[in-house]
Amino acid sequence: MSFGGGAVAYLREYLVREEGWLDDEGFLGAMEISETLPGLNAVNMAIIMGDNLRGIAGAVVSVIGMLLPGSIVVMILGILWQSNHSNPDVKYFLLGIAAAAVGLLSAVTLQIGRRQFRQLPDIAIIFVTFFAVSFLKLPLVVVLLTLGPISVWLYRPHVSEPRAEDEHLPFHRGERHHWFRH
Amino acid sequence: MTRLIHLFLVFSLLSVLAVGGGTAVLPEMQHMTVHTFHWLTDAQFRNIYSLGQVAPGPNMLMVLVIGYQLAGWAGMVVVGIGFFLPDCIITLLVNRWWVHLGGWPWRTSIQRGLAPVAIGLMTSGTYAIARLSIVDVQSLAIAVTVFAILLWRHVNPGVLVLVGGAVYLLTKM
Repeated sequence: MSFGGGAVAYLREYLVREEGWLDDEGFLGAMEISETLPGLNAVNMAIIMGDNLRGIAGAVVSVIGMLLPGSIVVMILGILWQSNHSNPDVKYFLLGIAAAAVGLLSAVTLQIGRRQFRQLPDIAIIFVTFFAVSFLKLPLVVVLLTLGPISVWLYRPHVSEPRAEDEHLPFHRGERHHWFRH
Repeated sequence: MTRLIHLFLVFSLLSVLAVGGGTAVLPEMQHMTVHTFHWLTDAQFRNIYSLGQVAPGPNMLMVLVIGYQLAGWAGMVVVGIGFFLPDCIITLLVNRWWVHLGGWPWRTSIQRGLAPVAIGLMTSGTYAIARLSIVDVQSLAIAVTVFAILLWRHVNPGVLVLVGGAVYLLTKM
């Protein structure tokens, strides 16, 4: 469960294992919404958990807690970088970080898409999306508004398909939302 | 003022288009900031992206540095609000509404259908950073090594990227 900077893995560790504020199913239910909606996963998770535990105030506090420390650090780094950006050592160091990030992003993408990379219709959609953005250079809004509905239509309800089992659905966990405090 | 409005519009658009998270909008962010508005060079974009990798929390907090670089503290605030607030509002509304969609068959279709699109976009985001940072054999070796290590076992990504930066710097000394 390592997503991006691993923030989501830490959330699970603290909220489920240590604090016991919610169970694994509750956590997966929140993941399901976070991954389908636009926005950073960790931020969406913070909103959902804060809202479910303490309402809007909880959501606001969670997001601030998720973003504030990193914001301060990234701004300090940004200001340091601005005054040293012509230093070749800084340039090489940052280039190496970006190269390492490519390895990290590849591993994270492969891990999040581990089920999709094994199924033919999904592989086709992944490839067409990648090709449209990276090679045809189509605007993202165009790609989302065309491929999004097409892909959802391919998985429309009541289509009998042999693979339609829960274990193939990365974000789907059935109707397990009773933990929500509404 | 015009620049602040443009920054706000660009980053709030990126915010609502971020299906698949921050990595998914990287190509569009690079295209808009480098090619459409000429706010940054490719190298500046790559360097700011790297800063986000070593800060705690979401890597995409690096958008704050983009805002600061372009319009000072006001730019940082405008980009921060533009990039994070729309998503927060959408997520809050959908979270309260989602539970009522329990029996709606299209809910599963949307989740299943958007998943491969999101992964395709993440692949494009990875490719965009690769185009900017894989410039020689050493950088390629660092990317491949990090990838292999992460497939093999879980290592703190923050440590890996810092080591990657240090190793690349050493190869240039």
